[in-house]
Amino acid sequence: MDIRLEGISHSYDTFEVMRDISLEIPSGQIVCIVGPSGCGKSTLLRFIGGLEQPKRGRVLQLGEPPKGCLNPLTYIFQDFALLPWRSVSGNISLVLEDHGIKGAAARTIIEDVLARTKLTDFAKALPKQLSGGMKQRVAIARALAVNPAVMLMDEPLSALDSQTRELLMDDLVELWIRQPFTAVYVTHNLAEAVRLGHKVVVLSRRPGQIREVVDIDKPLAEREFGDADLDRAQKHLWQLMRDEARAADAELLNG
Amino acid sequence: MDNTGKSVAFRGGGFAPQSRRWVGVLVFVALILFVEWGTRAGWISSLSLPRPSDVLDTFRQLYDSGLLFKHLLPSLSRLFVGALIGASIGIAVGIMIGLFSYVRSGLVPLVAAIFPIPKIALLPLFVIWFGIGEGSKYALIAFGTFTPTVVATYGAVDNVDRTLIRMGQSFGLSWWSIVRKIVLPGAMPGILSGLRISLAIAIILLVAAEMLGAEYGIGAYILEAGSLYDLERLFAGVLILSLLGVLISALIGTLERRLLGWRT
Ligand SMILES: Nc1ncnc2c1ncn2[C@@H]1O[C@H](COP(=O)(O)OP(=O)(O)OP(=O)(O)O)[C@@H](O)[C@H]1O
Ligand SMILES: [Mg+2]
Repeated sequence: MDIRLEGISHSYDTFEVMRDISLEIPSGQIVCIVGPSGCGKSTLLRFIGGLEQPKRGRVLQLGEPPKGCLNPLTYIFQDFALLPWRSVSGNISLVLEDHGIKGAAARTIIEDVLARTKLTDFAKALPKQLSGGMKQRVAIARALAVNPAVMLMDEPLSALDSQTRELLMDDLVELWIRQPFTAVYVTHNLAEAVRLGHKVVVLSRRPGQIREVVDIDKPLAEREFGDADLDRAQKHLWQLMRDEARAADAELLNG
Repeated sequence: MDNTGKSVAFRGGGFAPQSRRWVGVLVFVALILFVEWGTRAGWISSLSLPRPSDVLDTFRQLYDSGLLFKHLLPSLSRLFVGALIGASIGIAVGIMIGLFSYVRSGLVPLVAAIFPIPKIALLPLFVIWFGIGEGSKYALIAFGTFTPTVVATYGAVDNVDRTLIRMGQSFGLSWWSIVRKIVLPGAMPGILSGLRISLAIAIILLVAAEMLGAEYGIGAYILEAGSLYDLERLFAGVLILSLLGVLISALIGTLERRLLGWRT
């Protein structure tokens, strides 16, 4: 299942947030979205997942979601969004219960996704007992449980320290290699973008427009920490972003 | 290396009260011993305060004569039925105010309008509506517990983390699932602390409810003792109410430990 954005524009009252964004999200690829703060990345992601509607333009699903897919468009949130009163496995069963998956069937799925995110030993733990990295792995396990066609990730690693972030990036890459998934990945961090993205979409400052789409052809499996190709791509992205970021910053200062 | 530096003065800590069980008991015991001493020594006249040991004696007589339970049981059932009706309607209405714009716009001003009414003043009205029997007593206590419960509940629902609700929607949970599995547990801390207040108010109103048409009941007992200026019996009755208050507070404490263990 692919996603296509057609001419999306949006404003809150008279406050223009984004202008004419068209984008193709091909199945099996990770599309990263970078851009200065406030350019509408989170808003765009809410449009894609149907949590909000754009003033103009539309989001299209092309083709049917694969069989066994419970929730085609699934989010992973920056602040994890785990229910603090449910255990790790309870948090995952939450999203299965509404699809009538209970008992043994639910247990099988939960065991599988916990094993894939290396959380098997923590099934009974409450969120307050987990570190930030583990909480985000639970959120990833919960997303995997509904077998999504597209994962929508809004800065999933920004609440974590840099070591945890590296580890989790490795985990994501590993997950993707084992079973390629489609994802839209919003981030501030260009290193994350070049590490995970097949495509990196650079947005301009508000109102957000697409400045450039950078393709990174190197297969995910071959990308490594401190890779020269990736460094070059990252530098290129930074050049694109620097002026936008500076201008956005100045705008905020000027009110 | 210079070793003569002085250690940095500690200035952290505090602002984190912990429960020290025996301190509470100690305060009670000290206060009672003090009054006992004062009344025995004579610098507290027996007209202004009854001697604690006399109050205890009255209490024992009450127990021995079997009158204690004759008074206690009707009161407990009034308290239970009244508070149950008031709190459950209060929680239901509070959640609806928290969820629906029209209910909120319609009922918040109404709740604000009835909150400050001294419910005791409405007792005659309840007697007319529900009769002099148990009905008016239930109604008074229910009405009194209802308002604080509503206010606490909708405040608690307002405070439920919206990102959790968005999460539920993003996973395609049904409206009812979101209310049951996200909103309700998320609001539970606020609802329980609201119940602490509304149940205390229920005890206060118990006495008022037994002003009219009650032969037995702790409230009736206290009011009768009061009208005769029988301070020993008055205090014995008050003692029972206080114990009831402590009991309910402990009950809610247990409930909080059970239900809210997930809190950090
Ligand atoms: N519900 C809303 N009502 C009004 N303005 C909004 C609303 N949501 C977002 N905005 C504004 O729209 C702009 C884009 O917000 P958005 O959160 O999408 O930016 P972002 O690119 O995700 O920023 P960041 O990098 O800081 O996360 C911001 O200026 C924000 O203030
Ligand atoms: Mg954002």
